Amino acid sequence: MSTPAAIRSWEAHFTQYRSVWKTNVMGSFVQPLLYLLGMGLGVGALVDDSGRSDALLDGLTYFQFLAPGLLATTAMMIAANEAMWPVLGGFKWWKKFHSEAATPLTPNEIAGGVALWQITKSCIAVVGVATVLALFPDTRSWGLLLAIVFGTLTGAAFAAPISAWSATRDGDYSFPTINRFVITPLFLFGGAFYPISQLPDWMEPIAIATPLWHGVELCRNAVYDRLEFWPTVGHLAYLVTLAVVGWVMAARSFNRRLTL
Amino acid sequence: MSLIDVAPLRIVPPQIRHARRPQRMLERQWMVNRAGGWIIFVTGFFEPLFYLLSIRVGFGALVGDVDDGGTLIPYAEFVAPALMAASAMNGAVYESTMNIFFKMKHEKLYDAVLATPMTSGDVALGEILNATLRGAVYSAAFLVTMGALDMTGSWWSILMLPVAVLIAFSFSAIGMAATTFMRSWADFEYVPAVMLPMFLFSATFYPLSSYGDWAWIVQLSPLYHGVATMRGLNTGDLSWAMLAHVGVLAALAVGGLTFTARRIERLLLP
Amino acid sequence: MNPPASTPLIEARQLVKRFGDFTAVGGINIEVRPGESFGFLGPNGAGKSSTMRMIGCVSPPTSGDLNIFGLDATRHGKQIRGRMGVVPQLDQLDEQLTVQDNLIVYGRYFDIPRAECKRRAQELLEFVQLTDRADSKIEPLSGGMKRRVSIARSLINEPDLLLLDEPTTGLDPQARHVLWDRLYRLKQQGVTLVLTTHYMDEAEQLCDRLVVMDGGRIVAEGSPNELIREHSPREVLELRYPAGTNEEHAFEVEGIGHRQEALPDRILIYADDGEVALKEVHARGSIPESVLVRRSSLEDVFLKLTGRSLVD
Repeated sequence: MSTPAAIRSWEAHFTQYRSVWKTNVMGSFVQPLLYLLGMGLGVGALVDDSGRSDALLDGLTYFQFLAPGLLATTAMMIAANEAMWPVLGGFKWWKKFHSEAATPLTPNEIAGGVALWQITKSCIAVVGVATVLALFPDTRSWGLLLAIVFGTLTGAAFAAPISAWSATRDGDYSFPTINRFVITPLFLFGGAFYPISQLPDWMEPIAIATPLWHGVELCRNAVYDRLEFWPTVGHLAYLVTLAVVGWVMAARSFNRRLTL
Repeated sequence: MSLIDVAPLRIVPPQIRHARRPQRMLERQWMVNRAGGWIIFVTGFFEPLFYLLSIRVGFGALVGDVDDGGTLIPYAEFVAPALMAASAMNGAVYESTMNIFFKMKHEKLYDAVLATPMTSGDVALGEILNATLRGAVYSAAFLVTMGALDMTGSWWSILMLPVAVLIAFSFSAIGMAATTFMRSWADFEYVPAVMLPMFLFSATFYPLSSYGDWAWIVQLSPLYHGVATMRGLNTGDLSWAMLAHVGVLAALAVGGLTFTARRIERLLLP
Repeated sequence: MNPPASTPLIEARQLVKRFGDFTAVGGINIEVRPGESFGFLGPNGAGKSSTMRMIGCVSPPTSGDLNIFGLDATRHGKQIRGRMGVVPQLDQLDEQLTVQDNLIVYGRYFDIPRAECKRRAQELLEFVQLTDRADSKIEPLSGGMKRRVSIARSLINEPDLLLLDEPTTGLDPQARHVLWDRLYRLKQQGVTLVLTTHYMDEAEQLCDRLVVMDGGRIVAEGSPNELIREHSPREVLELRYPAGTNEEHAFEVEGIGHRQEALPDRILIYADDGEVALKEVHARGSIPESVLVRRSSLEDVFLKLTGRSLVD
């Protein structure tokens, strides 16, 4: 049996990636480690000293609370950026997709290759963070394995809709704005650094509507073995829906742009 | 001959001292922004808002008050000036590394500029001022937002703005000096590798005393000196030590500038 | 104010440029007089661009003397650049600005007042026939248009000397002719032009005088006609034989004309009268696939001087 087409397209991404893996070590290992040490331990000491953490953090120390959230935020940031410049550039600057379309690959398969690659990259990033968490006794658990799956899914839920957008763009003007008005606020308000119950009443529903919060909840509950059936199904359904709808739209954009 | 040749400034090399038209680079940036780049500039104002809000609603409630050299102050008031210092640093470094490199290697901007009577000193100083200005605008946005959210502790906090400008200038100069060593985009991985630890470990989010015996390492961070000064001004708790912090920043500014001027000619005029 | 006509505008003595061990320019002497149009001809890597960068005062000479406008290039670079316009090999237009703003910002680098910059920008855009593109960004412009913007920009300071590094490389024939026309007008207005090229026709069209460079040295100097007269007979007979058989046919036609050159795709015979030479070829029973008789050109001069074709 020959290799499925989308995988052949994915191979091209992977080959390029091997030469820049160092960037990823920084983004998915060193960076979360620094946040964990800087915020988890340092701010954690202040939080835990204040005596309020028990009530607010559901019995977790601040370090324990923060750590799993970084799985989801890292996946979000890596996946979102992978879905912006590389996708636009594949059409506009390097014409990578156009040259792929000149081979027997169909636009659907090319889009599929991009999607697989984004999942791979999210997964690599999440594994990096999970490795960091496994270094500390407080966050070391078998649940990390499940959290890797959830984190990767979070990445997919961001990569897919953003790819659909990027594939229709002619310039990168909107990307800094996406980072500034979507990614950064989610990073700060998405429940990774403190429970969203602390947000003002009007902001809480917004936070719940974002994919990041669902990813954070899944990862945190997985690590501390607190997954409950129905909430878990709800979170998963939401993230899977976003990923699937996003990719259907992305594939349509690829078709439109590559079959002019 | 002129103010520029006053003795203490002699340590700055002649390329910079004899720069006569650095403002032309600012003029160019103004024309660029006028033609559309201003959107990115304006949206930059939201960043402080997001950070400050998350500090207030999130961390503030978790931490409560924090012990700042003997007095208890609300956590938001403790962190806000540090974030402002970091924002000045980030704006300046981004502009003086990535943007400069892009203009140098891809747009070949400086090749075109140096074919005119503009000198390498004009370009270096002009672009450092440009990055400083960007840092200063972000800082001003930060200060206004802090005031609006009632996170300023005293009227001294207005002086945080000039200190932020000094931070931006120092980091622009250092950033530009670093850029003269960059060979390709791959080298820019080292920028966040330096910036992030500095951001997290410059007594930004908790007092220097938290570091215990390791506090001396924190004091090696240039950002720490900015943070310490800004924090003192924000609470209105002034001390002589702040002058030393400002001195460190000024020394870095002169050092970075001197270094850049020596390197820039070799880089731009082979 | 131009210096008296007898004083050269550019004067180089034993000019050398080295990058580490590599010698880009190996001791050349040149003199360019005011109002003249002067060309550097040579293949890639001959040292033309390095020479141009030294004249543009953005690359200090390793040794030798270089005076421009009677000023020493190493010490007075700033003043010299103030009176000079430069059109670089690759357009270095400011992609973040519109066409008109490119000109205005550039003028400001010369300390020309803003209002004056604006006035000149409009005038120059008219000159290069781009008035309707004044508010366009740079990116959507064609190669020929970008080059015309570059030329307009280089004229913003009303220079006495204009340096053009391969002004028409990469342009289509029509765009080249538009550009040549504009450069010719500038020359008529008394602007001294110094240009590099590896196109013979360009050199013949634009240059009063030129030097042929190869390997960092000057191998010949003179007006296009002088060079052709001196280094090549009047006409050239080009013979094409079936692919791969040039060598045996070269043997057949040996001794016809003054000189011969066997190129991969054809044989060139240099003669005072091409038709006479052709008769002789036929008389010897050699039957080429195709035949062309033409006047000899700078390409032939270059071929003789360096043993290589110019455009490779």
